[in-house]
Formats: sequence, C-alpha cells, structure tokens
Amino acid sequence: MTRAEWMGLLARSTPEALAAQVAALGEMQTHSWLRAPEAGSVMVQGRTGGVGAPFNLGEVTATRCALRLADGSEGHAFVQGRSREHATQAALIDALMQGDRSDEVRAKVLDPLAAEEAARRDTIARKAEATRVNFETLVRGEDA
Amino acid sequence: MYVAAKGGEEAIAAAHTWLAEARRGDRSLPALTTQQIAEQLALAVARVMSEGSLYDTDLAALAVKQARGDLIEAIFLIRAYRTTLPRLGSSRPIDTGAMICERRVSATFKDIPGGQVLGPTFDYTHRLVDFALAAGDEAAAAKIADTAPQTRARVSDHLGREGLLRDEPRSDDTPPDLTRTPLELPADRPLRLQALARADEGFLLGLAYSTQRGYGRTHAFVGELRIGTVQVAVDIPELGFSIDFAEIVVTECETVNQFTGSRKEPPQFTRGYGLVMARNERKSISMSLVDRALQWRELGEDNVGAPAQDAEFVLLHSDNIQATGFLEHIKLPHYVDFQAELQLIRRLRREALAEQEAAE
Repeated sequence: MTRAEWMGLLARSTPEALAAQVAALGEMQTHSWLRAPEAGSVMVQGRTGGVGAPFNLGEVTATRCALRLADGSEGHAFVQGRSREHATQAALIDALMQGDRSDEVRAKVLDPLAAEEAARRDTIARKAEATRVNFETLVRGEDA
Repeated sequence: MYVAAKGGEEAIAAAHTWLAEARRGDRSLPALTTQQIAEQLALAVARVMSEGSLYDTDLAALAVKQARGDLIEAIFLIRAYRTTLPRLGSSRPIDTGAMICERRVSATFKDIPGGQVLGPTFDYTHRLVDFALAAGDEAAAAKIADTAPQTRARVSDHLGREGLLRDEPRSDDTPPDLTRTPLELPADRPLRLQALARADEGFLLGLAYSTQRGYGRTHAFVGELRIGTVQVAVDIPELGFSIDFAEIVVTECETVNQFTGSRKEPPQFTRGYGLVMARNERKSISMSLVDRALQWRELGEDNVGAPAQDAEFVLLHSDNIQATGFLEHIKLPHYVDFQAELQLIRRLRREALAEQEAAE
C-alpha cells in the first residue's frame, strides 16, 4: 500500500470505523500542529458525456490537517466530511506509518479498514448482480 | 394611511418558538434522529445534497429535519452553510466508467457487456400503497450473488467505437465556476452542465417533458443510466501526489438522440448528458434531455423557439433558491412601497372622477 493509498483509505473511512481501529494502538504520542484541522469543501468535477471536457458538478465537504509527532515524523490528512477528530486521527496514523511502528499500524488499522471497504464494495456489486436481468430468448414456432 | 413601524421582535420570537414546537410534533411520539432520516428518507436527503450542491449526508439529513421536510427550505439551509466553507481545492474529474454500480440499465441495447442491472428500483413495482409497511413490516434482506464484476463498461464506449456516436472531445481545460463568477451568457457547455446539475428537479422535469411533447423535440433514448459510487481524487500539493479522499454516489444518464450529419461528417447519433450528485435518476434523465436541447447551436440545428432551447430562460430560472428567494420576498413587508402605490392610485382615481364630472 502506497502512502497515497493509505491516506485515501483513512480519508474515506467513517470517523467511527477509524476511531475503533485507532483505539487498538493504545495511547498516542503527543503531537504539535503544522496545520490545525480546517473544514471546507472540494469542488468535484465531472466530464461532459463522462469522457469530454471537465465541468463543476458540486462540492463535497472535506477536512485537512498536518501534524508532527514528538519523534519528529510528520503526518498529513485530507478526509471526507467535517470531522476534525477524523482528520486528526488520519494524520496521526499517517505519521506513525513513517516510523518504526508502521508494521503494527498497518496490521491493526490499515488492513482492517481496507478489508471493510473491500467488503462493502463487493456487497454492493453482488447485490447489483443479483438484480441483473437474464433474458430468455423465446423460440418461435416456425423455427422449430 | 400606512406608516412604517417597528415592533415585530416579540411576534417573530413567538412565531419561531411555535415553529420549533410544530417541528417536534406530537411529543408522545419519539423524535426522529438525523441518522434515521439519512437512512430511511435517503432520496429526500439525496435531493437536498444535489440541489444544495454540497455532498454531506449528515448535514443534508439535519437540514431536512430542521426544514420539517420542506426540501427547498432544506436546500436553502445547505446553500447558506456552503458559503461559510473555505474552498480547499478542486478535484480531478471523476471517472464514472470506474463506478461501482448499484444500478445500470440501457433502454437501447439489450445485450450490453455487464448486463442490465436493475438495482433497488421503483420500476416494475405496482405503485400500490403498501399497508404492510404501516403495520411495521420489516423488509426481507436483499439477494446477494456469489460473484460480481466490480465495474461495468460504459455503453457509449461500446457505441462510440463504431463511430456511430458523436465524439466528446476530451480536454483538461479549467471549467468555469458559477459559484465564483456569476453566470454569464452565452454559456458554454461546461457552465450549462454546472447550472443544470444544481438545478431544481421539477423545473428540469417540466422542461424535459416539454421537449418530448414537441417543444424542441430531440428524439431521446436512454443509452445508459447508472447509479453508484465513484472515487473523488484531489491533489495534495505539499506531498506531490493525489489521493482518493472521498467516495460519493452519483447518478449518470446518457441519452442517444436523433442523428445529425453534414457534407463533412457522415450521419451519427448525438448525445445528451446528465450527471447529478447522489441518487436521482429522474433529474439526471431530465438534465440530459435539457442538455441536448441546449446544444442546438453547436449541432447546427434550428432554434424553433422552444423554452428548452433558450439558454437564458433555462439557466436563469432553474435555480430554486434564486427563484424562491425572489418569489417569497414579496410576502415580506412592503408597506412603504405599497403606500406609494396607494397614493398614486388615489390621485389617478380623483383625476378620473374629476374629468368625468367635468364632462357631465
């Protein structure tokens, strides 16, 4: 998993799901802000006809922050929604992934979140597949 | 004579207290939570996000609750809130071809790769009021297939390969943004699509229906309609890469319309496009019909004077918050304006009566 991939995973998870995994890591190091959490919006672009020129579709809420741990490692977050807590925890995990606890963090936080997300997507795809139409071609009498 | 006066504060405060009580309704019943609204009135919340032009389920559910279910009032709340948010950036264009579809149908091609996937649709229901719901019937769980493809190819890619469909030239131009610069005419297609994406569902539905009934007919078929989740990527300049920071539901409709051709180009189908945040297929189909009607100039068609072809008429009247703001302001006190009107009409009547008497 690349840094861009885990930052995205942390950003898309719900604040509750992330908090539940972070709790498994025990007490967190103290941190100082490089950029305190700030909620705002991102303009989402689409493309004409799905493939052509970009146009502005509408906005989605987002919160970003950056912090530094006592050991000097820096963490960044840019998460969906308005939760400052979500952004802070995502940045803490990103910072821990720079240090010597990265294997533990990956196993206790990233892997479970990735599995949850994959399962959620798979469930949608499989429910959709269950509603797929199976056309039956009727044999006309004169062809028999 | 009317005199402007102060003195509404107490009445306003009492009115708003009653509003809060009325919002709560019968206190012997449990209060609705915003989670219940988000989960069980999901399509009301979807409409508020699309027309409020801000994707945030919790916020939209709260707005629906605060507005007592008046969706335009809820959209108004979201639009007002949106203006308080700093803009953190602009996303890369979303890839609807990579959508995890919950629904994907085509009215034009029976055997599309990936199949006709109905999803949780109202289509083919009998539209009979279900009294079992009122009796507290808990629905059965959805069926789940053993395996499924994660993405399904776009129908237009299929048709485009044969050259039958008018090309959508790809570009990476920065699109105009009507939330930053007031909409000006003539509006290019990206600007028109932005306005339509946040437009009132009912207004678009009426306009789209008018084209079907003959006011600027475009002979539309739904080439593809898809609903599902897409990733939203944003660049993080400090880190030098982009991340898929959000996952949103969108509804996309692409219509295949009567062909054009010229001396230079062989006949080909044209296309209309609808893309709406959250789940709203009625609006996305309407949007694609209106988008197609507005393309008359680019496609070298005649302007037959139909409302849906008139970009000024469509774009300047499609925003329900602008419309309701101007419409509803006429119920607020206009005592001084009206006093001037009263004086004028009294003088005119006096003069008319005097002339009548003089003539007699």
